[in-house]
Amino acid sequence: MENRVVITGLGVCAPNGIGLEEFGKALAKGKSGIRFHQELKELNFSCQIAGRPDIESVDLNNYFTNLQLRGLEASGLIYGVISGKDAWEDAGLHVAGDNEPDWENGVIFGTGMLGVDRFRNAIYAVDSGNVRRSGSTTVIQTMASGISAFLGGMLGCGNQVTTNSSACSTGTEALLMGYEHIKSGKAKRMLVGSCSDSGPYIWGGFDAMRILPRNYNDNPESASRPMSASATGFVPGSGAGALVLESLESALERNASIYAEVLGGEVNSGGQRGGGSMTAPNSIAVQHCISKAIQNADVSANDIDVINGHLTATTKDPVEITNWTKALKRDGKNFPYINSFKGMFGHCLAAAGSIECVGTILQLKHQQVFGNVNCDDIHPEIAKVIDESRIPRKTFQHKSKIIAKASFGFGDVNACVIFRQYSKN
Amino acid sequence: MSEKEKRYQELKSIVANYLPDDVSAESISLQSHFINELNINSANLVDIVLDVEDAFDIMLENEDMDQMETVQDALRIVDSKIESRT
Repeated sequence: MENRVVITGLGVCAPNGIGLEEFGKALAKGKSGIRFHQELKELNFSCQIAGRPDIESVDLNNYFTNLQLRGLEASGLIYGVISGKDAWEDAGLHVAGDNEPDWENGVIFGTGMLGVDRFRNAIYAVDSGNVRRSGSTTVIQTMASGISAFLGGMLGCGNQVTTNSSACSTGTEALLMGYEHIKSGKAKRMLVGSCSDSGPYIWGGFDAMRILPRNYNDNPESASRPMSASATGFVPGSGAGALVLESLESALERNASIYAEVLGGEVNSGGQRGGGSMTAPNSIAVQHCISKAIQNADVSANDIDVINGHLTATTKDPVEITNWTKALKRDGKNFPYINSFKGMFGHCLAAAGSIECVGTILQLKHQQVFGNVNCDDIHPEIAKVIDESRIPRKTFQHKSKIIAKASFGFGDVNACVIFRQYSKN
Repeated sequence: MSEKEKRYQELKSIVANYLPDDVSAESISLQSHFINELNINSANLVDIVLDVEDAFDIMLENEDMDQMETVQDALRIVDSKIESRT
């Protein structure tokens, strides 16, 4: 028999809020985490604004030993550990004892690349013929799986501990991988999520592609404009989100509080065919992904109350909306509510899916739909296919039952998950 | 304090940075075995070597590191490097 899978813990380290309370309030109020960064200006970036979690206020000794903190330069690792350990604690789970791991606990925590600042210093050491001086922690801070390795060790997980990577769909993909793992009975609890480093070495490649907004350096909070006619590109972000997935049986056994149920989802690729490319989605694949997710979740397209889109604030947002209307066979006033949190913290790249999944679940918890920011001028191509009332600009109370969340990434890869408010039946 | 004693104190303060949280700095003695007694992760011995190089302005070879099992071993190697320098 297949297990039902529920969410029992959440953690987040986002540019506009660290921890569930701060993040939930920020989303409800439309608070921005996008700031001007002098460092980017000095390096001649066209886009000098970005979303970066403000970890100055966090006591890292609550998360790391002094030894782990020595020479720790991998910002994504720091964000990931904050969100992951917070989620674990939020779920009321314990850390395994010294002698034996908990064989039923695992980690799937994705990233794009880890520890670029550390990697940069290691490269300098190597290039100057001084590799022997680069220290013992270069590997653990720069291997992609460093994040799952750190978390698995800190929590004492004895089930699968791994890192996935699928560009901007990484976080949502991690969630679905963990879901499948528990559903098929291979583990009882999986910590899933993703993280992404901050800084010029991560963001520079996107600046070089000329796909970031250039005209908002003195007005950062207005720069990220999902679904807006004046959207000119995504604002780069960073951070981490984490969720504890658990078999319903295990959650009930230990009397855990349940945020929501994961009904199912789909991960696919457009194969860089049919209009898809390394950087653009094959729309048919996106529609398949959404339709299959709904089918796998065993719900009807008409049951979806709210969508949290990928919607990065590029000129491709109208294409995404059209894909949703085709996949759901719903449009105009009959379209679900749709939002994008990226207006508030930008596009957190590999961390986007997990941070936004946490925000999506908070909507169920608070019985709210969070408002979109910076889209008073809805893109005319969007307004043609869905009614403007479906794009809330203010947060409002709403008892959603079913929410769809999708993430799409470079490489023409897609992930869509369906969440439902938990009920016993 | 003699030069040698100063070096020992300096070495102890370096080693203390790499102790796991459940081992106190007071437990470091000349006889302490880095890995078996102080529970220092073998990977961190590399970092101790780098810090020792910086602190005493010396360079340790890979063979020196292979012989460095206890605090006393490390101190002996440091002393001989410094002495051969002058």
